[in-house]
Amino acid sequence: MGIAWHLFTPWHSLAGGALIGLAASLLLLGNGQIAGISGILGNLLKPEGRAPWRLAFLAGLVLAPLLLWPVMLQITPSPVATPELDSATLIRLLTGGFLVGLGTRFANGCTSGHGVCGLARLSPRSLVAVLSFMGAGFVTVALWRLVNGGVSL
Amino acid sequence: MKSTLNALLAGLLFGAGLIVSGMVNPAKVIGFLDLTGQWDPSLALVMASAISLSWLGVRLAARRSDPACPTDAPARPIDKPLVLGSIVFGIGWGVSGFCPGPAVVATGNLYWPALVVVLGMLPGLAVAGMFQAAQRD
Repeated sequence: MGIAWHLFTPWHSLAGGALIGLAASLLLLGNGQIAGISGILGNLLKPEGRAPWRLAFLAGLVLAPLLLWPVMLQITPSPVATPELDSATLIRLLTGGFLVGLGTRFANGCTSGHGVCGLARLSPRSLVAVLSFMGAGFVTVALWRLVNGGVSL
Repeated sequence: MKSTLNALLAGLLFGAGLIVSGMVNPAKVIGFLDLTGQWDPSLALVMASAISLSWLGVRLAARRSDPACPTDAPARPIDKPLVLGSIVFGIGWGVSGFCPGPAVVATGNLYWPALVVVLGMLPGLAVAGMFQAAQRD
């Protein structure tokens, strides 16, 4: 292993992270809610979970790239490559997405709910969750590299 | 109305943060998880920055001692669903390069890989939700 310094984008990371933290604080102070995306999505799937704040937050997430569209290349660290549309990539993304949905619902949180908000609340549960999903992510990508030779989409 | 607008603004800022940090790019996320390849530490710095600002928000909320604000750690125990669920999530994260936030944001610019991930994620959320509901009954 080695650190890929040419890929590391510290200023974008700091600025983007600050916006995320600011957003989480805003939702906590203004709505009394935790900015956990998997929880928000999971609750929106149930009729009794469709609170206006959840719909509004979700709308904000989806609208963000549309509003930033004109300046996208100026504010992003690197252009996003679009993978080739083939059946192997489709299966990879569908399966990955299914596992993300299943796992985050059982664990009651994902990178935002446990990773950002939970750790900011110094929650031991969230620390265990973060160590578990990061560990599993590291192992998965290492195995993927070992078996397939490359990891890119 | 005011609280709905606040949530909309929070969603916009959250989405902007994921875009500016490059976390909507699955290649960048996989680059962070790729310890045995070319490791990109960016995601760790995004988390550190986000947690710091979020921690300030939690401290502010705690000072207001508003009972509606969940500032303390939940009292629930560290149990099997938490650990196993997180491991399953981590596998899906490594396979796809997406966690829920970036997947949702990237559907906004019709990035097809994100649309496919969300298409897989929604039934995953629903299945686990039904299972949890059945266990509570």
